[in-house]
Amino acid sequence: MRITVTVDGTTYLDEVEPRTLLVQYLRERLGKVGTVVGCDTSNCGACTVHLDGHSVKSCAVLAVQADGCEVTTIEGLARDGQLHPVQRAFHDNHALQCGFCTPGMIMQSIDLLAENSDPDEQAVREGIEGNLCRCTGYQNIVRAVRDAAHEMRPGAGPEAERMNEAEMGTQAGVRRS
Amino acid sequence: MIPAQFDYVAPTTVDDAVRALADAGDEAKVLAGGQSLIPVLRMRLAAPTKLIDLGKVAELRGVREDGNALVIGAMTSHYDVVRDPLIAEHAQLIAMATSTVADSQVRHRGTFGGSLAHADPAGDLLAPALALDAEMVVHGMDGRRVIPASEFFVDYFTTALRPGELLTDVRVPKYTGWHAHYEKFNRVAQAWSIVGVAAAVQVEGHTIQQARVGLTNMSSVPVRATGVERALIGQEATPEAIKAAAEHAVEGTMPVADGNADAAYREHLAKVLTSRAVTAACG
Ligand SMILES: Cc1cc2nc3c(=O)[nH]c(=O)nc-3n(C[C@H](O)[C@H](O)[C@H](O)COP(=O)(O)OP(=O)(O)OC[C@H]3O[C@@H](n4cnc5c(N)ncnc54)[C@H](O)[C@@H]3O)c2cc1C
Ligand code: FES
Ligand code: FES
Repeated sequence: MRITVTVDGTTYLDEVEPRTLLVQYLRERLGKVGTVVGCDTSNCGACTVHLDGHSVKSCAVLAVQADGCEVTTIEGLARDGQLHPVQRAFHDNHALQCGFCTPGMIMQSIDLLAENSDPDEQAVREGIEGNLCRCTGYQNIVRAVRDAAHEMRPGAGPEAERMNEAEMGTQAGVRRS
Repeated sequence: MIPAQFDYVAPTTVDDAVRALADAGDEAKVLAGGQSLIPVLRMRLAAPTKLIDLGKVAELRGVREDGNALVIGAMTSHYDVVRDPLIAEHAQLIAMATSTVADSQVRHRGTFGGSLAHADPAGDLLAPALALDAEMVVHGMDGRRVIPASEFFVDYFTTALRPGELLTDVRVPKYTGWHAHYEKFNRVAQAWSIVGVAAAVQVEGHTIQQARVGLTNMSSVPVRATGVERALIGQEATPEAIKAAAEHAVEGTMPVADGNADAAYREHLAKVLTSRAVTAACG
């Protein structure tokens, strides 16, 4: 089936099998291996991306369902070599050990901060309940998200990360992979 | 793992979806939010020949008023249900239960109708639908029919939907001015209810005038706790009266034993959670 999907600011036209999972399309077709697969049951959240501005588990979405949509992955967050404030906060707060959960944690945290610009500890823990970490015990992840909240202006998040034409610059345009 | 091969269509109207489902035959499946179906396909517990995706059927999304009822489109996402002002005003219990479903990512995709049609006994929206006397509006090649929630849930993962039928809307009578609470017990890393209790009450002064109580995961289908309801009506909302009424919570249930809890523990939970849910609802 033919799909048109915009990923991290670039529009792709592609032929995919209906059974292709969005995460498979991102990793295997587009080479966006920053988004990882951590489970078989859609429990772990490692594969979290934004689909039209909302966090989803990309292992529980078919690529054909993303037809006509805009996808942002962990690879689309940095601007001009500058990490996104949530990425920087994870780095500064030592919010990762093996790092496998980190792409999903960061994408979900950005979604959470778009809904609630100053979450308390409980709200952070509930906001990231769909993301499992086997290493850190979550303490530093919660610290990082609250730290990022203070760094970011209210309302920043999936909406703010939507690139306007000017920002997209030379990246814009349709590319066939 | 990756699903087995299937064909895919994404109709844009209910009529086209019904026709596509009929044309595709017995081995086709409806795709709503995909939050139960896609994991099932990935584990190859099902291998439908064709998926009819309802994601582009705009008329199935959203909540509207129709006289004394709310009409909730089957494809309304959990996320939208939680934030809907009409549901907050007239069917608060549904919003409360939905806010406990899964996690933020799953609530963005998963749908109200998909949860009811999937009929997982641990699903959190079945007991509220039953307690509030919701009606399921379904469409097939033979037209439209309406199934009361009390007849819709037939067994584990089994509903009264016939092959070729779509759940299109859920009609919920308005419970304006009622107070509600959904109390569930689950493991931290898994949102699925071990047991859940949905309670809605109408209180005047301190007296409980009306009560609706539904139980999640206390049988193969959701259970209406009519014994609790009867014991509550006309009572002062005191801790003693609520606790006494909650003792009736296990009547008519057939809880399973599984890795999370044995049947006796589920019965204990049903009473404790009923007491907590009714107490919280009475405020
Ligand atoms: C990690 C995780 C945790 C979860 N935790 C919870 C939880 O705590 N509580 C809870 O209640 N749920 C939970 N769920 C399930 C979630 O709520 C699903 O969204 C829901 O069960 C199914 O809804 P869906 O829209 O995703 O349906 P789908 O997965 O698309 O479909 C499910 C089934 O229903 C059928 N179907 C769907 N819509 C229709 C329709 N309109 N007409 C006819 N048939 C239809 C499909 O053919 C399929 O068989 C969880 C899911 C995941 C992945
Ligand atoms: S890989 Fe998607 S939730 Fe685990
Ligand atoms: S840092 Fe290893 S899983 Fe989270």
